[in-house]
Amino acid sequence: MNGYAHMAVLAIIVIAAFYAVWFRDLLSSVISLAVFSLLLALEYFMLQAPDVAIAEAAIGAGLSTAIYIIALRACKALKSPRGGEGR
Amino acid sequence: MNPLSVVVRTICDIFAWFLGIFGAYVIIHGHISPGGGFQGGAVVATMAALLLVAYGGKKVLSFVRPGIYTGMEATGLLVFITAGFLGIGTTFFYNFLAGQGGLFGSVVPLGPNSGILNSAGTISLMNMAVGLEVVSGLSLILIYMFKGIRLFEGREGRSERGHDR
Repeated sequence: MNGYAHMAVLAIIVIAAFYAVWFRDLLSSVISLAVFSLLLALEYFMLQAPDVAIAEAAIGAGLSTAIYIIALRACKALKSPRGGEGR
Repeated sequence: MNPLSVVVRTICDIFAWFLGIFGAYVIIHGHISPGGGFQGGAVVATMAALLLVAYGGKKVLSFVRPGIYTGMEATGLLVFITAGFLGIGTTFFYNFLAGQGGLFGSVVPLGPNSGILNSAGTISLMNMAVGLEVVSGLSLILIYMFKGIRLFEGREGRSERGHDR
């Protein structure tokens, strides 16, 4: 029973990682990476490492997603036609 | 970054408090439950990220001063290294508060128990110092990234408006 749960979570992790590479839209890719990180936290919890799971959920799914979205926003502001190409 | 819609802002109003309380819980219970200073600090810094994404950089940066965060960071590091050096009579990082009574040093009874909260000595003090340091450091990263974006957006002369206003 526990082995099936591990296999299901790991399969969804692989699918989420594949979609993080496959999406052309970068925002969808970042969301897929957040799903990857959240499921990795779930897998750490199932492997009885709740300490690592809390760190992975907070850093991977929360903070790095926010930082990626801020960086994407900055890239869009840089490429906008009305200006911003000063550097 | 523009503030998001009223749905996102209402959810942020409700859940940011729970994030802060849960992060403080993880920091304070760091020695008897999973987690600790770094994990709880990352959870509380996620609250700062939620506020910044939901309310936009302009509004949050109007009342958040990065100097306060720098001071918190320095305070956390100083408390950590001071608690390390205060035990140098025996060894560096010696737990001189454990078992001494008082706020941090109550004695743990023998036998199985569910964990006494204020029995860890300097460990919980160091957890709080590390939590303060991680909260302010990760919040500073987010705040300075938003300041970097506003550097580009200010050149376009575009005012910041929400999706529903």
